[in-house]
Amino acid sequence: MMHDVRNRSTARVPMPEQDPAVRIHNFQEVPLGYTPEQAQEEARRCLRCKRPLCVLGCPVGIDIPAFVALVAEGKFAEAARKIKETNCLPAVCGRVCPQETQCEQRCVLGKKGEPAAIGRLERFVADFERQHPAADLPPKAPPTGKRVAVVGSGPAGLTVAGDLILLGHEVTIFEAFHKPGGVLMYGIPEFRLPKAIVEEEVQYLCRLGVRLELNQVIGKSITLDELFEQEGYHAVFLGVGAGLPVFMGIPGENLGGVYSANEYLTRSNLMRAYAFPEYDTPIVRGRRVCVAGGGNVAMDAARTARRLGAEEVVVLYRRSREEMPARAEEIHHAEQEGVIFRLLCAPVEYLGDANRRVQAVRCQEMELGEPDASGRRRPVPKPGALFTLPCDLVIVAIGSGPNPILTRNTPGLKLNARGYIATTETGRTSRRGVWAGGDIVTGSATVILAMGAGKTAARDMHAWLTQGDGSW
Amino acid sequence: MSRILEKRELAPRIFEYLVAAPRIARKAQPGHFVIVMADERGERIPLTIADFDRSAGTITLVMMVVGTSTLKLARLGAGDEFYALIGPLGHPSHLEPCHTVLMVAGGVGAAPVFPIARAFRDLGARVVTIQGARTRPLLFWTEKLAAVSHEHIVTTDDGSAGRHGLVTAPLAEWLQQDTQRHIGCVYAIGPAVMMKACCEVTRPFGVKTVVSLNTVMVDGTGMCGGCRVNLQGQARFTCSDGPEFDGHQIDWDEVLGRQKTYAREEQCSLERYLAQHGQAGLEALA
Repeated sequence: MMHDVRNRSTARVPMPEQDPAVRIHNFQEVPLGYTPEQAQEEARRCLRCKRPLCVLGCPVGIDIPAFVALVAEGKFAEAARKIKETNCLPAVCGRVCPQETQCEQRCVLGKKGEPAAIGRLERFVADFERQHPAADLPPKAPPTGKRVAVVGSGPAGLTVAGDLILLGHEVTIFEAFHKPGGVLMYGIPEFRLPKAIVEEEVQYLCRLGVRLELNQVIGKSITLDELFEQEGYHAVFLGVGAGLPVFMGIPGENLGGVYSANEYLTRSNLMRAYAFPEYDTPIVRGRRVCVAGGGNVAMDAARTARRLGAEEVVVLYRRSREEMPARAEEIHHAEQEGVIFRLLCAPVEYLGDANRRVQAVRCQEMELGEPDASGRRRPVPKPGALFTLPCDLVIVAIGSGPNPILTRNTPGLKLNARGYIATTETGRTSRRGVWAGGDIVTGSATVILAMGAGKTAARDMHAWLTQGDGSW
Repeated sequence: MSRILEKRELAPRIFEYLVAAPRIARKAQPGHFVIVMADERGERIPLTIADFDRSAGTITLVMMVVGTSTLKLARLGAGDEFYALIGPLGHPSHLEPCHTVLMVAGGVGAAPVFPIARAFRDLGARVVTIQGARTRPLLFWTEKLAAVSHEHIVTTDDGSAGRHGLVTAPLAEWLQQDTQRHIGCVYAIGPAVMMKACCEVTRPFGVKTVVSLNTVMVDGTGMCGGCRVNLQGQARFTCSDGPEFDGHQIDWDEVLGRQKTYAREEQCSLERYLAQHGQAGLEALA
């Protein structure tokens, strides 16, 4: 049998991608995915370790060797079911997880060659299942009679909802926006994560029985207390994300044409401003664009700007390439698309024209000094080394903070020194019956870490709702 | 969840909606706003809540047609639903009891001024309302405002109703005559240029002047920062820190500049919409 023969190649099966020259003119997905043959060929590289390390690297503990073996055998639907035992969003994770620092980093094959392409296989399996949907839904536990409110429909909230609905609880998700998905909808661009996929993953949860209430800002239209007292919920999970844009507080930051990455990406992704005027929300289309920051969000912004017609996109990052927090793949894709990196420099002022629109950015060159609290070498300004770059659009992508709308309106919810919600290891907050997880606890992190936090919280919520004595 | 129960044309291009929104009505206070979307492709636009009835579970919104998004809203009528309605958002008005409050309403600002004026009256303040419009047909809610005011002064730019001139003239007079310093605060709500002008009039008198900003927004919950304003050198978000601010602390030129960010796009969108929808749109804009 073909699938019993291990593929001994040290290199992974390449995944076809859209040509950079073509893709900078569209918002379609960049990687095109494996064919069934390519997936099987790659899956046959797996060593089927007795003690698989890859699983230890997965924040939600997917049984990776089992699903990869099923792919090798061509049992794609079974492989999808195997993943969905632990991960309700495989089509998302297969695309946006930083596998290179998680499962794939632990893969033994990586010692002498390239690790197994676990992320690509997960993506293939999830896409196969979307194209060949199983008629039957996974079995649900008998109703527990308990009602759970999930606040926020991002990766953490969706995971909690997906886990608790299967355990027999009644689950309602409250979402502030008019579309569910949280950062998957407003933050991650279409070319990295098609919105149709997010919609399908949410629809799957709805088919399982999860209720969705859109346009509800918890803390405003309904308070946390009211969820318990008036709406009759027994437990609440807060997964509201870290949606507060951080600005640098430098002169000219409020000029026309200076955006937070949150605003720029929300306009383009959620509001589909890239399709303006088909969609009504406009977006400034810069010809010369500066992006401040070196994370994944900065890469998303830079690559979006390219697609919106920018002739030149410059990423300004204050440290060196090694410290850049963006995934290697994102940096690589950005470079392929012609994004220019100006390392060791930071904006110090934006200059405007007579109409108060940005026309240039003043930059300070940096050099690396001693390591700071994060362990990365601290950037120190080089005296007198300033330069000016002309630009007509600036995107500030230097991070985000905790949105205070919920916490400000929720007495008794303990926050940490940075303003994020303080929790125990299982996500319990200082408020009885209230859990929290994802970016609102950790600060900006990854989709899969938020899902991991959701998983941990869901397990504890289930135990508390069904077994415990209600102690907190 | 957000069905339009009644719709009235208050003045050319100005519409009033009575909307079934029990959750919003239950929480609404003077000064709050909502975000509205006409359809799935629409913009998210902020509108200040002009009135609310908690027992009936309704809110009142007043909106002036200025571009595609508001034109789309204007095409909705009784029985229709907004695609999305989110709120109440922002901080409510900070209502401090005082002897006299001057409420200055410019144009469509008459709507958001109403619930604040009523609340001040209920607090026992003497409410003096100065309501201005470009011309008589654009005046609306004059009786409603007069009913909650102890004095109600109307101005029109062209003299077709009330005093000939801008709201700033009676505003200055009232402040000059206030030798007893009874005026505890001034509220000015309307177009940004009008609010700026009012702040300039009140500044020398040192009277606290509150304005309600209607900046460009996307989410309305503090996520995008598109609504940021410069308050004495500090960036503040209109949606989550406002929408009311001390008008004397605002960098008005910046507010006016940021307002024009999408002027070209707005024009392009409107022309396209009118080309597709023809006369019905033009009439509303006439």
